Amino acid sequence: MTVVIDRTKDGGAKGPTESVSAAARLRAKSVKTGLYQPRVPIYPKLVHGFWRRVKWALLIATLAVYDVTPWIRWERPGALPDQAVLVDFAHGRFYFFFIQLWPQEVYFITGLMVMGALALFLVSALFGRLWCGYACPQTVWTDLYIYVERAFEGDRNARMRLDAAPWSFDKAWRKIGKHLVWLGIAFGTGGAWIFYFHDAPTMIRSFWSGEGPATAYVFCFLLTGTTYYFAGFMREQVCTYLCPWPRIQGAMLDEHSRQVTFLKDRGEPRGPHKKGQSWEGRGDCIDCNACVVVCPMGIDIRDGSQLECINCGLCVDACDEIMDRVGRPRGLIAYDTDAAVAARSCGKPAVYKPIRLRTIYYASALIAVSVMMAWGLTHRRALDLHVLRDRNPMAVRLHDGAVRDGYTLKIANRSFRDKTVEVSFAGIPGARLKTPGAPATSGPLSVLVEANESRAARVFVIAPPAGAGQANTPASFTVSDGKDEATAKTVFTTGAAQ
Amino acid sequence: MSDRQVDDHSGVETTGHEWDGIRELDNPLPRWWLWIMWASVAVAIVYWILMPAWPGLHGYTKGLLHQSDRAAVVGKLNELKTLRGVQAARLTNASLEEIERDPQLQAYALTAGQAVFGDNCATCHGVGGAGSKGYPNLRDDVWLWGGSLEDIQQTITVGVRTGEPHARFSQMPAFGRDQMLTGAQINDLTEYVVALSRRPADKAAVARAAPVFAEQCVSCHGVEGKGDPTKGAPNLTDAEWLYGPSRDSIHGQIFNGRGGVMPTWGGRFDPQTIKALAVYIHANAGGQ
Repeated sequence: MTVVIDRTKDGGAKGPTESVSAAARLRAKSVKTGLYQPRVPIYPKLVHGFWRRVKWALLIATLAVYDVTPWIRWERPGALPDQAVLVDFAHGRFYFFFIQLWPQEVYFITGLMVMGALALFLVSALFGRLWCGYACPQTVWTDLYIYVERAFEGDRNARMRLDAAPWSFDKAWRKIGKHLVWLGIAFGTGGAWIFYFHDAPTMIRSFWSGEGPATAYVFCFLLTGTTYYFAGFMREQVCTYLCPWPRIQGAMLDEHSRQVTFLKDRGEPRGPHKKGQSWEGRGDCIDCNACVVVCPMGIDIRDGSQLECINCGLCVDACDEIMDRVGRPRGLIAYDTDAAVAARSCGKPAVYKPIRLRTIYYASALIAVSVMMAWGLTHRRALDLHVLRDRNPMAVRLHDGAVRDGYTLKIANRSFRDKTVEVSFAGIPGARLKTPGAPATSGPLSVLVEANESRAARVFVIAPPAGAGQANTPASFTVSDGKDEATAKTVFTTGAAQ
Repeated sequence: MSDRQVDDHSGVETTGHEWDGIRELDNPLPRWWLWIMWASVAVAIVYWILMPAWPGLHGYTKGLLHQSDRAAVVGKLNELKTLRGVQAARLTNASLEEIERDPQLQAYALTAGQAVFGDNCATCHGVGGAGSKGYPNLRDDVWLWGGSLEDIQQTITVGVRTGEPHARFSQMPAFGRDQMLTGAQINDLTEYVVALSRRPADKAAVARAAPVFAEQCVSCHGVEGKGDPTKGAPNLTDAEWLYGPSRDSIHGQIFNGRGGVMPTWGGRFDPQTIKALAVYIHANAGGQ
């Protein structure tokens, strides 16, 4: 049963007015249609300028890093993989050039993520969402896809005309060509991903001969699909609706953050300007909409700092071009701060405060975590020991009344060469050590641990008949190869209730 | 539905049903919902064709893919057998000592042995093999039938007191129940056995029991009471007591002469499983 109240048919606003930005059109439309909001297509116009060149350079650099990294070779001893960056799930190892991590050391990855988050905080507090505008994969791939779109369908106006035009041969081949190239890029993206998890030269052969692991095909397919969909169709909606970062940035930014800003103090009141007219008593903004049509997010930067803005600076380039043409100084839209705009509006000189409490916080936290990471990596132990005490039975009483406890020693050799380690036990005076199949000894035991492997060794500790101590005695095992050493605490128990 | 009623507010036709002035709109089904329904129907039909689906009087429709979970399980088990084949073959051919010396083979035997032990032996001997009263502790260094790898393998293979001709067999007489000794003699013998394990005992009773022990017990437990693993006779001088160290327990054992039964595993396990089991038990006991 549905209730008669049906808001979807409400009258509301009378169609889009003269709104120019896609976001404004979108807002206008949302009033009209209610809950579900179809996407308003955005046709970003090509722009030339400094920030555009920076974006092209970063696009090439980040894509190159992504695609080339798995193919870099890095010699390692023995049968270890010679791929510089490799996440080896099958053997539980992560290789990154000279660094090699075991699953137990996942905290290094956590640390890396904390560093990344803090760096993002710091950069945001100083310069706004630079990550979003220049380095985020969503931005980079969308940029690339728009480049392809422009190559097939032309610039903004041509694309709008083509979309509005009825189907024709010309429209069909342009659309099909665009989608084919998009799919090709998507496949290249998904395909490159799997090389991070397998030896790349082997993988590429087995992939094309159909002998690759199922996960390779599944992930290649998934990432091809998501790349095609996110960069081709979702685009700015990923940033506006899916990504949590635009919401978080509210806590990072303040009036002293340098971000893409329309200098109201200089630009307003805006209005059309004819050649030869005086600039007296009016702002420099000639309301040409150049900043709006280039925006990949479909917003009007003159509305001020807003959720959708990714701080990419394309409107800065667009406006500079216009300012040059009308003979006014550049920088009507610039990386500036809200505080500076406000100060100049009141006729005061702008003050920039890059060093603020929050940037000090973020920077010191970032330095602290970086130092910890660096210390952790340089002091990473080549030898590690974990002791599992037998719990069933807790202890065994031997024929002469001696007590024997069983332990499983997990000895990890994280170095790239075989190690023969000496296992010694401390805590029970006169205790003897024994491994299965060998007589008990009062001296240390020798255990061979292969390079880059961990070894489980069964060790029995026999306390002399009268020397087992109380019910539970703190004890410890130490493994050492002369150079590296690892100690693990445990307990020697007689099995008696306490 | 001759009189079509249209809701004034929304302009949508109603179903004509009314509850307390609230009328139900006859909105069309959401298009996406319809599409999903028809897609589900299409998937179901494809599924019927491809997969086993419809029961019949004699069997069921097999489907074009001939998918069978049972066949898949059998296939997986065979795969596992092939996978284990190499190690299993080495286990069959290697001697027990060779298995213990080769770390790889030992690791395989220990894993296999642990699984078999948990399924079959843990019922009596405990998950950790520590036994309990009447069920020998397999973790210590006291062995009724010998603690070498071969002895352990043999005990597992033939069992104890199963009644079969090759089984390990020993029988302690029920001196009290069968009235072979008097109550006083049994009390004295209890003191004698306590004294054997170097615990304080009634000296007079020990002296009285000495000739009885020499006559009745020495043949199995030996002159010094140290037992004999070839006969399955326990050592009476150590700290390990199958039925408990107290005077009551010792008295009860002399009176009733209890002896447990362990099944013959030779017929149930293949030789390599028994080998793995022997290695596992030997390794857990610290070896002898």
